Amino acid sequence: MAMLEVENIHVYYGSIHAVKGVSFQVNEGEIVTLIGANGAGKSTVLNTVSGLLHPRTGSVRFMDQDLKGVAPHKVVERGLAQVPEGRRIFLQMTVEENLEMGAYTQPGSAVAPGMEDVYKRFPRLEERRRQVAGTLSGGEQQMLAMGRALMSRPKLLMLDEPSMGLAPLLVEQIFDIIRELHAAGTTILLVEQNAQAALSVADRAYVLETGRISLSGTGAELMASDQVRRAYLGG
Amino acid sequence: MLVFLNHLINGVSLGSVYAIIALGYTMVYGIAKMLNFAHGDVIMVGAYVCFFAVSSYNLPPLVGVALAAAVCTALGILIERLAYKPLRQASSLAVLITAIGVSYLLQNGAQILWSSNIKMFPAFFSSQPIALFGGELKITIAAIVTVLACVVIMAALVWFTGRTKMGKAMRACSEDKAAAQLMGINVNATISMTFAIGSALAAIAGVLFCSAYPILTPTTGAMPGIKAFTAAVFGGIGSIPGALLGGVLLGMIEIFASAYISTQLSNAIVFAVLIVVLLVRPTGLLGKQVREKV
Repeated sequence: MAMLEVENIHVYYGSIHAVKGVSFQVNEGEIVTLIGANGAGKSTVLNTVSGLLHPRTGSVRFMDQDLKGVAPHKVVERGLAQVPEGRRIFLQMTVEENLEMGAYTQPGSAVAPGMEDVYKRFPRLEERRRQVAGTLSGGEQQMLAMGRALMSRPKLLMLDEPSMGLAPLLVEQIFDIIRELHAAGTTILLVEQNAQAALSVADRAYVLETGRISLSGTGAELMASDQVRRAYLGG
Repeated sequence: MLVFLNHLINGVSLGSVYAIIALGYTMVYGIAKMLNFAHGDVIMVGAYVCFFAVSSYNLPPLVGVALAAAVCTALGILIERLAYKPLRQASSLAVLITAIGVSYLLQNGAQILWSSNIKMFPAFFSSQPIALFGGELKITIAAIVTVLACVVIMAALVWFTGRTKMGKAMRACSEDKAAAQLMGINVNATISMTFAIGSALAAIAGVLFCSAYPILTPTTGAMPGIKAFTAAVFGGIGSIPGALLGGVLLGMIEIFASAYISTQLSNAIVFAVLIVVLLVRPTGLLGKQVREKV
């Protein structure tokens, strides 16, 4: 069953046509990845799904409901969480407060158990829970951003370049966590420049090029495709 | 020495009023990233509402204050919705000019409604000061109430922003609005809330200010407004403790300058100190310096 259905969306920044008729879908239980170079429109697509941006034409449907005109804070309530590009954690708030904000749409009674789950997955965050988030390392900040999104108990988790700016060892760790989350039943939409890593975890993948989807298939198919190898995997 | 103490008490009391007003400036700046220059005129509206409630309708002063706070809360929300919200995406210059326009609108509106004749604000507190050291040291009840009000408001705000869900959401919005929205926080409602709190505080400050300086005209709010804005910048705009520190220091500088240097020059000295502070510390005394590890 299609959990998220994006159909022929066109998104503009002023007069710049950033996304030119993109369609894709994410089925329940899948990891789907959108790969592409910088400026291909990946983040624009995610922000449109989240409701931060509005498509001029085309539709976004989540759990069989049209998200047209739904404010971003209402989108979260429906079970769609986004880990934004660059993490965007609240640097002046503590780790614990960041997680509380992630649970903003949840009843008060869900905060403590949610936090416990996050700490189980990211023990480093528990060690640093009283620390101001701005003092965390890059990897810890990414973990916090992911933990914060998980606090809303999303049905679909969207990750925007979680590997950006991280050392290779940490990238591996982040992708292990993505696999674990998936194994635990979370549906994931992953946007990445790191095509190698993204394709290795993805059930299905789409290649985004200057605002259009140029290729799609299973993770393995795209990994084997000449076009992808040449453009994104370095030969 | 006792003369000095008298000045100190007056300074802290005046500074407390500035601090309460500065809190409104700083909170709104923190969240909406705009300078609400109409904030000072909300003070004036609050003072008028309280004046009429008490003088014309013979209501008890506390009811007058509550009424002023309620009217200003509504006014603050209304101003934000009608004047600032449509400009959310506009340049900051457009917002600034709009704020100045709203300020004049309130002043002129007050002039039409209530005329520009001076109204003598009623004395809520006994004019008989508490005399200590054989009458050498005089502390007015108004001064005590003002300082106490400031302390209580400060403590309440620290609790609100540090402990409550809504208050934390406010801090989240002030850091990153898009990220806050992705958490499910309604940013527009949070901004309205901030204007509501700031305006209610302005009403209280208006009553306290007029209790100390009882001449009420449609421009009464302008000077304390600009001073409190200075205090907010002085302390570090966006910082709640900064507003308190800036307000109290500014009040003290003003009183000491007029007592020991020159009454005429006291305002000039206040603003000169601001200029010096900004030259040395552009973010103000407690301005936010994010400790960030890359």
